[in-house]
Amino acid sequence: MKKDLSPQGGARMTGSLGEILRSQGVSRRSFMKFCATTASLMALPPAMIPMLARAMEQARRPSVIWLSFQECTGCTESLTRAHTTTIESLIFDAISLDYHHTLQAAAGSAAEAARAAAMAENFGNYLLVVDGSIPLDNPGYSTIAGISNLDMLSECAKGAAAIIAVGTCATYGGIPHAYPNPTGAVSVGDIIKDKPVINVPGCPPIPVVITAVLAHYLTFGALPELDHIGRPKAFYGQSIHDRCYRRPFYDKGQFAETFDDEGAKQGWCLYKLGCKGPTTYNACATTKWNNGTSFPIEAGHPCLGCSEPDFWDGGGFYKALSMPTENISKSAVYAAAGAAVAGVLVGAMNRSKQNASNRIHIKTSIEDLTK
Amino acid sequence: MTEIELLSWARGPGLQIASSIFVAGVVIRLFEILLLGRKANLAEARGTEMSSGLKTIFTRTVPDRTTFRRSSVTIVSGYAFHIGLFVVCFLSAPHILFLKDIIGFGWPSLPTPVIDACAVITIIALVATLVNRLTNKVMRFLTNFEDLLTWVLTFLPVLTGYLAFHRIGLTAPSLLAVHLLSVELLLVLFPFTKLMHAFTLFLARWYNGAISGYKGVAS
Repeated sequence: MKKDLSPQGGARMTGSLGEILRSQGVSRRSFMKFCATTASLMALPPAMIPMLARAMEQARRPSVIWLSFQECTGCTESLTRAHTTTIESLIFDAISLDYHHTLQAAAGSAAEAARAAAMAENFGNYLLVVDGSIPLDNPGYSTIAGISNLDMLSECAKGAAAIIAVGTCATYGGIPHAYPNPTGAVSVGDIIKDKPVINVPGCPPIPVVITAVLAHYLTFGALPELDHIGRPKAFYGQSIHDRCYRRPFYDKGQFAETFDDEGAKQGWCLYKLGCKGPTTYNACATTKWNNGTSFPIEAGHPCLGCSEPDFWDGGGFYKALSMPTENISKSAVYAAAGAAVAGVLVGAMNRSKQNASNRIHIKTSIEDLTK
Repeated sequence: MTEIELLSWARGPGLQIASSIFVAGVVIRLFEILLLGRKANLAEARGTEMSSGLKTIFTRTVPDRTTFRRSSVTIVSGYAFHIGLFVVCFLSAPHILFLKDIIGFGWPSLPTPVIDACAVITIIALVATLVNRLTNKVMRFLTNFEDLLTWVLTFLPVLTGYLAFHRIGLTAPSLLAVHLLSVELLLVLFPFTKLMHAFTLFLARWYNGAISGYKGVAS
C-alpha cells in the first residue's frame, strides 16, 4: 500500500483513529495485538491495554507539524520506508501531518500557508516533531522559505502542546554538532526551555518508538516518563549491552578480534571491535529493525552508540570502549624522557649536597673524645 | 559538562595528563634513589652480594611463622587484596585492551565471573585491612594521613570498577567516567606516596639480601 502522508495528497482521512484503521483493513485482532505490544514495550501493566485501545480508537487525529533542520532525512526515511505496511505506519498515516517539507506535495508559499493554518487552527494542541539540529553561528546556514531554523522553531514551539525531537541531531546536536561544530549546531532542548521536549535519539531512531510515544500521548494526554536526558525510559531504560544476545560471550571472555576471524564467524562479542553497547541506551536489541529482523550487532557490526550525545566524537567507532582516545604511549615516552633528564639533575644535586657535607665533615678522633 | 563529555575527557586528555605525571614521577623517583649510591664498604667481603640479593627477593615473599602468628590479619588480607588487584588489573579483557593500546601487545583474559569474584575478594580484603588498622591499637597509633589516603586511592578504582560493571547507582557512561577518574587520581598520586613501593619493593629486598650476603650471613 502506498502511503500518503501529505494533507494535500490523496483522500484526507477523517473520523477517529479506530475508524481510519478499520477503513484501512486493520482487523480488531491486529489492533488489539498492537495495543498489547505497545503496552508491553512501554512497560505498562496489562490492565492498561483496554484503556490504551479505547483511547486510541476514539482519538481524533492530532495535528502534527514536522520541522526538518540540519539533518540528512534519514529519520524520515526510517519512519516511512518500512518494507511492508505495519500497523505503526498506519497509525502514523492517521495523524494529521499538516507540515513536513519532505513529504508534503505543496511547496513554497503554499507549504508555509499550510503550516500557518495548522498552527492557528490547533494553537496549544498540536504536536511539534523536529528532526535536525539548529545552527546558531549564522542563521543563513540553514533556512526554510527564507526563515532561519531558530526563528521557525521558536515560532512553532509557541503553540505546541509538546515537542518531540526525533533523531540524534535534534536531540543532542548529532553529526552537525560533532567537533569542530562549524555551524554552531545545538539541539532542540538547548533552545526550548518552556515546553515539554521528549527526546527520541538514534541515527536514525527506531520507528516503533515514535508511534509508541504518539500512542502514549493519545491515551494519557501526556508524555511518557523520561530519563535524565529526556528519553522515554520504556525504550532507553536499558543498555544495548545488557539486552544483547551476544552478552554471554562477553561474560565468558570470548571476543571477535577482527571482522573475519573465527570469533566473528561464531558470533562472539564485538567489544574488542569497538562496540559501544555498554554505554548506549536504546531498544535496538529488543525491538530490532526492519520489522524485527535484526539489529546492527546481529548483523556483525559493533554498536556505534548513536542514541547517546556526542557519539560522533567518542574516540573512534572501532576503538574498544576501554581504550584511551589519546596517544598515551607517545605522551608517556616524552614524559619519561623529560623525567630522566630531571632525575639525573636531581641526582646530581643530591650528590653535590652529599659531597659538600663530606667536605665540611670534621673527623673526631679518640683523642678528641678523651680531652 | 554532560556525562558523555566527562567520559570523553577521562578517556582522553585526563588519562594523558595522569599517565604522564605517573611516568614522570616514577622515573624521577627511581633516578633519585639509584643515583644516591652507597658508601664504599671497606670491610672484607665474606660472601657474594648478587645471589643473596636475588634469593631475598623471593624468600621475603613468605612470612616466617612468628611474624605470621603476630600479624595474621595484615598478612592474609594484604596478600588477598594484592593478588586480587593483580588479577583484576591485568587479567580482565577491558583492562588488557587498555594496556594493549598503550604498550602494543596483549595477552589472554580470564572469564568475567572470575574477575568479578576477585573484585569482591579484593574489596572485602581492603575493608578488612582498614578495619584492622583502625581497631588494632598499635596499628592505629602508627597510622598517619598518608596511610589512609593510599587506602582510599587503592579502594576507589576497585569499587568504582565493580559498580561500573554491574551498573549500580548511576548510568553506564557516568560510572565508567568515575572509574577512570579514580584510576587517574591513583596514577597522579602514586609516585609521591608509599604506593611507590610497587617499584621500590624488589630494590629494597635486593639491598637487604646483598648487605647480608656481603657479610656472609643469612638474610
